[in-house]
Amino acid sequence: MSGVSQDNAVTGNRLTRALIYTVLIFFVIYYLLPLYVMVVNSLKPLDEIRGGNLMALPQNWSLQPWRDAWSAAQIGVEPTGLKPYFANSFKIVVPAVILSTIVGALNGYVLTKCRFRGANVVFALLLLSCFIPFQIVLIPAARILGLLGIAGTIKGLILIHFVYGIGFSTLFFRNYYAAFPTELIGAAQIDGATFFQIFTRILLPNSGPIIVVTVIWQFTNQWNDFLFGASFSGFDSTPMTVALNNLVNSSTGVKEYNVHFAGAILAALPTLFVYVVSGRYFVRGLMAGAVKG
Amino acid sequence: MKDRLQNWLPRLVVAPSFLLVLLFVYGFILYTAYLSMTNSRMLPSSEWVGFANYTKLFKLRSWDTALKNLAIFGILYIVICSALGLFLAILLDQKIRAEGVIRPIYLYPMALSFIVTGTAWKWFLDPGIGIENTMHAWGWESFHFDWIKNRSFAIYTVVMAAVWQSSGFVMAMFLAGLRGVDNEIIKAAQIDGASGFRIYRRIIIPLMRPVFLSAFVVLAHLAIKAYDLVIALTGGGPGRATELPATFMYSYTFTRNQMGIGASSAIIMLIMIFSIIIPYVYSETKNGENR
Repeated sequence: MSGVSQDNAVTGNRLTRALIYTVLIFFVIYYLLPLYVMVVNSLKPLDEIRGGNLMALPQNWSLQPWRDAWSAAQIGVEPTGLKPYFANSFKIVVPAVILSTIVGALNGYVLTKCRFRGANVVFALLLLSCFIPFQIVLIPAARILGLLGIAGTIKGLILIHFVYGIGFSTLFFRNYYAAFPTELIGAAQIDGATFFQIFTRILLPNSGPIIVVTVIWQFTNQWNDFLFGASFSGFDSTPMTVALNNLVNSSTGVKEYNVHFAGAILAALPTLFVYVVSGRYFVRGLMAGAVKG
Repeated sequence: MKDRLQNWLPRLVVAPSFLLVLLFVYGFILYTAYLSMTNSRMLPSSEWVGFANYTKLFKLRSWDTALKNLAIFGILYIVICSALGLFLAILLDQKIRAEGVIRPIYLYPMALSFIVTGTAWKWFLDPGIGIENTMHAWGWESFHFDWIKNRSFAIYTVVMAAVWQSSGFVMAMFLAGLRGVDNEIIKAAQIDGASGFRIYRRIIIPLMRPVFLSAFVVLAHLAIKAYDLVIALTGGGPGRATELPATFMYSYTFTRNQMGIGASSAIIMLIMIFSIIIPYVYSETKNGENR
């Protein structure tokens, strides 16, 4: 990312540099402010928020809002906290991510290394499916899930996330494998390697980075999904985002802002964790998803 | 025999995905299109009404509001994110020492759910406990900021939260673009005595045209799909003030039991997105083949 570009820099005097740093730091504050507000206020007792100042540090530090958000807050009918919904999200997202990544890898392999008639049409249809507004599938999807007998279940949501994840996974792997030397595969074929041997012995061992990119992309998108969760989840399959929204927006009586903030951070933790651990791959996924077919 | 199997295997491998996507995407689109031409209410019905739902849809005031809001939201979101993204990318491209620290901070909101962003901004902008209250506590007694509760201004709070979430990502796109600029061109301009500012205005920014296009496509498609953020931030309110096509579709289909109209609004959303995405994907793949 660096090195070659150094000459783009405006060669300015000290004042300009100082100005640039000031602006950059201003925006650091801008991007961090909401996170700061969430963290600080999730550690305050409620009366400190209502009577006080959202920016101020807590006077009486308290972990109670976190305990409430995790295991005691009233969500829907039961005072269960967000814990069961957190678990639901994992139960939905983990299988769906694994499935759509495996299928995407196979599709990418076939679409780049085994040219057959109609391959371009298949790819075009898969690619276009990445961008549809999901409102367009809500009504029929609800019917199909009902017909299959998995409406309102974890299984139903796994199926939905898996199916609508295929497009992006295929896109990622196809673009990656397109750059993989086809001669290697031809040589292996001459040596008698079968279709699946080529995939497992040659392509997969060289797919580390793109697997990471795909898993991160799918995990982030599916964990953060709200529309499918709100439309297709039932009593015991509600994901975290929907539960958080219920906590924040339908609480009758006293609004427990501190619990809301703690809950919001809980909902953000898994994706933030992934981002902090592997930000580079996260950005690559975003870019690949943003551009190019 | 074995050879024939090896020949068919590739097709067999993509067949399940292909069929699933054919049914779950394209079949569902057709079914929704069909429903949009029936008088379906709470449940799908087969009574054909032609384009009546579309005529009704465009006479509805709430759909009108949704489209106007989408125009306001979409334009501001795209323009501000692009301008801010480019501005920050240029600043970060000035051999900034702490770039490795600053860049991830600008970008992390993209990892968050819109529900989380909405929750944070909802209370931050709330006149009762948020920024207004804080300014009062700091002694600025006359400070007044109640946009989130104000019908005429609530849509701008959606813009604020959405810009916060996406601008860092646009910055990353521009930064990648800036890093790809050929140094020779810039050196030549420097030898000709062009100032830094002029080099940016005349040479580098015009070179960013493909990035502007990608950013536009990504942001426009996010804007048309925008749903979660509005739900978490304002719930579409106050009243109907922040209704967008996506929230309109959901409420007409599932809470107001006007499935035919809901389906027709979804079709309009699809048309809007496809009219942006299809030309873009087409030109991108074509360029790719020429390369």
